[in-house]
Amino acid sequence: MAGDAVSEGLTMELNLANPTGKQLLALYEQMLLIRRMEEQLKLDAAQGNLPGGVHLYIGQEAIAVGVCSQLEDTDKITSTHRGHGHFLAKGGDPRLMMAEIWGKRTGICKGMGGSMHVADFSRGILGANGIVGAGFAIATGAALSAKLSREHRVSVAFFGDGAANQGVFMESLNISTLWELPVVFVCEQNHFSEFSPSATVTAGQIVDRARAFNIPSDVIDGNDVLAVAKAAHAAVERARKDHGPSFIEARTYRIQGHFEAEQLFLAGGKYREEQEIEEWRKRDPIDRLKNGMLSGGKARAEDFAAIEARVAGVVAEAVRFAEAGEPADPELAFDLMFDGQKA
Amino acid sequence: MARKRYLQAITEALHEEMARDSRVILFGEDVEVSVMGDTRGLLERFGRDRIRNTPISEATLTGMAVGAAASGHRVVLQMLFSNFIYTGFDAIANQMAKLRLMSGGQASMPITVLASYGGGGSIGAQHSDSGYPALMNLGGVNVAVPATPADAKGLLKAAIRGNNPTFFMEAIGRGGEMGDVPDEDYVIPLGVASKVRSGKDITIVAIGSMLKPALGAVKELEAAGIDPEVIDPRTLVPLDEKALCDSVAKTGRVVIVDEARDRCSAASHIAAVLSDQAFSSLKAPIKRVTVPNVCLPYAPNAESRLIPSAKEIARVCLNLLRRAD
Repeated sequence: MAGDAVSEGLTMELNLANPTGKQLLALYEQMLLIRRMEEQLKLDAAQGNLPGGVHLYIGQEAIAVGVCSQLEDTDKITSTHRGHGHFLAKGGDPRLMMAEIWGKRTGICKGMGGSMHVADFSRGILGANGIVGAGFAIATGAALSAKLSREHRVSVAFFGDGAANQGVFMESLNISTLWELPVVFVCEQNHFSEFSPSATVTAGQIVDRARAFNIPSDVIDGNDVLAVAKAAHAAVERARKDHGPSFIEARTYRIQGHFEAEQLFLAGGKYREEQEIEEWRKRDPIDRLKNGMLSGGKARAEDFAAIEARVAGVVAEAVRFAEAGEPADPELAFDLMFDGQKA
Repeated sequence: MARKRYLQAITEALHEEMARDSRVILFGEDVEVSVMGDTRGLLERFGRDRIRNTPISEATLTGMAVGAAASGHRVVLQMLFSNFIYTGFDAIANQMAKLRLMSGGQASMPITVLASYGGGGSIGAQHSDSGYPALMNLGGVNVAVPATPADAKGLLKAAIRGNNPTFFMEAIGRGGEMGDVPDEDYVIPLGVASKVRSGKDITIVAIGSMLKPALGAVKELEAAGIDPEVIDPRTLVPLDEKALCDSVAKTGRVVIVDEARDRCSAASHIAAVLSDQAFSSLKAPIKRVTVPNVCLPYAPNAESRLIPSAKEIARVCLNLLRRAD
């Protein structure tokens, strides 16, 4: 299936100084896959086809793809409630993700987790998470395990600017610095803390919180996939060499709402202006890479057409797979609470 | 068999399990000097990689236990007092207890949390809760409440070797108490109650720290010509419901003693189980002897009158037996 082509492209080490057209197209294809999967979910949500809500990552794809381009399968990530992009970028199967969100037993978590809990431990995806800020400590613990194993594994905590206001952020920065743990904290500054503009709930600059611990820190354009990959490369290398944690604040914008169907709940209430969204649409990370490649002669229009068709096939296959799956097995709840022990 | 103290049995279990499996790591506040006494000697023997003093950051420590366990280590987290579980509760309730289900069974959570509980030492309300009922309600964590040195050692070994999160609740008042501990390597499986005394007239279910006053009450009852049975559930999750029902089927009367506050206590859960499953055996109402729905105060006289005593347990048993059959 087309998903294989995606991963094939990324098995080559990305030449960050002078990436080849093929390498850039691989990044493009991954971002496009996330975008098209989520557009499908957006449609499904609008039509009331999904059992639960979805928090979409549209506009932020360059961060997941740029960071994960620097990771191996054995590296761990913790994700957020907005986790589809991280799941796919870290190598999660689009079919298994779609079936999970549809609540099917064929889903990656057998329908027990849903959109907010997609996880694939075999690929180091320790899970999306419904608790804002929960990933800090889990990634820090995974980094402790990695350090003790001396396997040069790295863990990455993806989190939003909203999560930076949880106390565990400070605690995790402190412990990971003290113990020189191989963890990379990636803040996706998408300008919203649920329904509150970041500036109304966050004092100062988030990056300064990491700098207070003397953690190597970078503020980057989160809509530039190469800038993300470069920052991630430096941070991941530090971690692999046992030089401790790093922090990256990737500035981006949440194009969609906090969750789909939020308008039903907000009852006409507004927390941002349409014009602001439109301004950020002009800085779309996917269009930006495409236009840059076209103008730089790194790819031709037909390359993008081929990718578009391939991605459409992957999405269609994911939908078919999800639709064909049996509903989840309710009895599983009793079997899965404990390992080898009935609940 | 050798006579050993409760804390000594716990320390031995930690030493033996860490020697047995190099994936076992232990961290927590002040575990190097071991202010609670249970981690003594571990640093010298196993080194700073596996034995780690942490900052006072419970909310992160519980989450780190989840991350390390999900990455292949077997974690022992020392949380000092059961009250401090509250500060680390998010990762316990939302991650540790749920990640296995939410991931469709991908995650194993080999985590043992050590925490002492209970009053009697004038340590004030923020250090004397018996906080296990909140843990019982989470669904995804086991709760062990060993009352004797032998049970402490065997249950702790089972917890560390197991693949599920287990809260190992240390009865704070029993640390120095002696008991016989087998010399050989042994494990006590979770979910198997212990019949501490066999009798026919009334069942006393004694939870953790309450075994001692319950056995004190037995002496008073024996003097009055009564033959009580004493059951120690040893673990609250999983709960050996059969052992409890079998005992009540024999005696027809039951008093449940628990150092937790009465409302939604372990005792009230056990009472509900027995009223569901052993109703036809009951000759009298199920009685609970628990801490009232208040926090334990500091002053020794104020504190001690709230914690179930041998005298109070005996009084409740005698009242129950005076009811006509």
